[in-house]
Amino acid sequence: MSKDIRIKKGFNINLVGAAERTTSKAALSNVYAINLNDFHGITPKMLVKEGAEIKAGEAVFYNKDREEMLFVSPVSGTLEEIVRGARRRILSLIIKADKTQAHVEHKIVNPESASAQDLKAILLKSGCWPFIKQRPYDIIANPADTPKAIFISGYVTAPLAAELDYVLKGKEKFLQAAISAFGKLTPGKVHVSIGKKSKSPLADLKGIELHKISGPHPAGLVGTQINKLDPINKGEVIWTITPQDMVIIGELLLTGKFNADRTVALVGSSVKAPKYYTTKIGAEVSTFLYASGVNNKNIRVINGDVLTGTKTKPDGHLGFYNNTVSVIPEGDDYELFGWNKPVFNKISATRALTFSWLTPKKKYDLTTNTNGEHRNFVVTGMYEKVFPMDIYPLQLLKACMVKDLDNMEQLGLYEVAPEDFALTEFICISKQPHQQIIRDGLDLLYKEIG
Amino acid sequence: MSDKRLTLKKRLHILKHHYRDTKWAPAFNALHTFLYTPNETTHSGSHIRSADDLKRTMNTVIMALIPVLLFGIFNTGFQHYAAINGFPSDFSVMRDFLTWDNFWLGFITVLPLVIVSYGVGLGIEFLFAVIKKHEVEEGYLVTGMLVPLIVPIDIPLWMLAVAVAFGVVIGKEVFGGTGMNILNPALTIRAFLFFAYPTWMSGDLVWVHGAVENAGTPDAFSGETVLGYLAQNNVSEFGHTVSDMFFGFIPGSVGETSTFLIVLGGLFLIFSKIASWRIMVSAVIGALAMGLIFNGVVNAGWITDSSPFYGLMSFPFWEHLIVGGIAFGIVYMATDPVTGTQTNRGKWIYGFFIGFMSIMIRVFNPAYPEGVFLAILLMNVFAPTIDHYVVRGNVRRRMKRLKHATIIASTDNEMEKLKAETI
Repeated sequence: MSKDIRIKKGFNINLVGAAERTTSKAALSNVYAINLNDFHGITPKMLVKEGAEIKAGEAVFYNKDREEMLFVSPVSGTLEEIVRGARRRILSLIIKADKTQAHVEHKIVNPESASAQDLKAILLKSGCWPFIKQRPYDIIANPADTPKAIFISGYVTAPLAAELDYVLKGKEKFLQAAISAFGKLTPGKVHVSIGKKSKSPLADLKGIELHKISGPHPAGLVGTQINKLDPINKGEVIWTITPQDMVIIGELLLTGKFNADRTVALVGSSVKAPKYYTTKIGAEVSTFLYASGVNNKNIRVINGDVLTGTKTKPDGHLGFYNNTVSVIPEGDDYELFGWNKPVFNKISATRALTFSWLTPKKKYDLTTNTNGEHRNFVVTGMYEKVFPMDIYPLQLLKACMVKDLDNMEQLGLYEVAPEDFALTEFICISKQPHQQIIRDGLDLLYKEIG
Repeated sequence: MSDKRLTLKKRLHILKHHYRDTKWAPAFNALHTFLYTPNETTHSGSHIRSADDLKRTMNTVIMALIPVLLFGIFNTGFQHYAAINGFPSDFSVMRDFLTWDNFWLGFITVLPLVIVSYGVGLGIEFLFAVIKKHEVEEGYLVTGMLVPLIVPIDIPLWMLAVAVAFGVVIGKEVFGGTGMNILNPALTIRAFLFFAYPTWMSGDLVWVHGAVENAGTPDAFSGETVLGYLAQNNVSEFGHTVSDMFFGFIPGSVGETSTFLIVLGGLFLIFSKIASWRIMVSAVIGALAMGLIFNGVVNAGWITDSSPFYGLMSFPFWEHLIVGGIAFGIVYMATDPVTGTQTNRGKWIYGFFIGFMSIMIRVFNPAYPEGVFLAILLMNVFAPTIDHYVVRGNVRRRMKRLKHATIIASTDNEMEKLKAETI
């Protein structure tokens, strides 16, 4: 039974710099990087040495805890450097690309007829497995699990995030292949959500439970949809995957090649001409950033959307999961009497001499300034207004902060991911790092129980 | 501005680095952030943040208190002259109330209260911040404004200073500062005064400026509050009209008298989404319910005018809301987010009992006919318990769901097979 959901609690953040619906080809990147921070909780074991020649789709390292889970290079070239940090922890792998690309060829699998075993094996071997994430814990899925359902959100509500309806156009064949494969991996349903009025390429896929979603952010987050459709209980596992990663999986199944091509939205108020670029996972951001131009020098480049992305630099590299690169001004400046003067140019969830409620359609140019200092939790009742899940956000955050495992479990930590707390973090008056608190809580719970 | 001269902003920025990692850093930062919102940026998670911070929140509450404070200043002067000269016949607000004389007398009596409250309170906050090496928190900005508004006008300043020191240290800092305290600090201060110096906190002499000084002299006058008259069943001398009580031309603590301005302040706080409307509404409902019960008892004839409680019990239930401190308590004190309940359902329960208990204590307390501050302190103590049961409801729902769920067991055999196939 497909079910339409209307989310009422939430908050849309309207920002300047949405991507125009045109796509250009980004300049070829000379150097690619695999950033290990993208794979939370994975301890890498290298399979190749510095200086080795590798093909596109060739495994470069595996997960120490699950040897069958391989991670592959997006391009063919030379592994130039293994960047290490404190205690020789691997931070990133730098790959110098060849002029002509050579791919590792896997055997072509028909997702309709292949068994779950075969599908898991090919996904693990080809480096596609890390695209599949699991709840609880918001980590790469454990291939030994059998998820009770798989959730895919095709509804985008995060500020300035790439429009999936646009970037997925023409990819129906690959999407269908991926969906057929997922159908084999779970005895439950494959839930796919789209916007209520959208003409998403996801709508006509076979073998899915289609849900039409409406409402403000975080309605588009998969966590919100899981909570409304099929909440996770203790001991249950749900897998999630983003549609643009499904394209890569589908292409692998149908062609046997790991194709790291990705359409990326370059957005944000600091970008002169925000639009879409086709590039590859791991490509240098500057290969398309300066093609669009930047407005000022003091900028923050973010891998992902402004609410959940990770900080990078213009010479940083596109993340493994990201299809949006946001560029906004840094806010490292003081503001005279910023705490008591009327505010017209910033977004606020209150009306305490802040006037964004007067102009709900207006688009804002926000900086990275915190607009105040870190404090203890003081105000109550605000998070609940933007948090649509049946969970008490403040109480869960506090349970995580004091490492109260029983309460963390009972208050619903299994159901959430850090991204679900991005909006409460945005409106937080005490400027608490909600997503970090939840991440630490999940890690602790995983270590102790999972 | 020429390039050579440093702007204030740059000077302060240099000073901030100068003081960084010294013990004076919190004190300097408190002053610096008062002038400028800091240049702090986000690092991870949400890269953008909304415009509100705790300073803005607290500032909004202070703005809602300013009209009450101004009214209190005028009313202090007005009550003093009215007690000496008699309540003016054909009273006009412009001619008799908003006069320079009233303002000046009120100003020179109320201002020292404000200065002592902020001086002592913020002094201790700065001291604790320096000792404990945390930033100076904004909680006292509101507490410091509430304190002069909830004490009798002639309270000796040293008593106020001692009470503020007690309230800030024992009521807040020992728990870890703003956000961690269990009891409302302003009410802790008032409770300390009430139990340590009861003669200065109750009776018929403390509510009007000058009454204590003149007691026993030929110029002596009384400054009984409305509730004081009612508690003594002294209804005949009680000459205040409903409109006087609503607009606040009656004796009482500095800021509590004008229900009209308190309601306006409350509406502003609800509109700006700073204070919880749930607590305010349910507290009003609670107070009306208790008032109706007492009126019913009187109407049923179970209590006669010989009873010591007759005066207060027979007082029309809705008029309880416009006398005494209940309106002020409901709008500005019960809604304190730190010491109140934190869940929305909890707020309904919490507010209701504050209103209910306020009127009950008001009627039955023989020593002092007011109950709102005790009711709020009592419910502060119970707030975590109320929240606990509300949150348990959510947990039970999750448990129930778990019971009906069928868990798909993951098998280790399957895992071994996979390993064999891929490696």
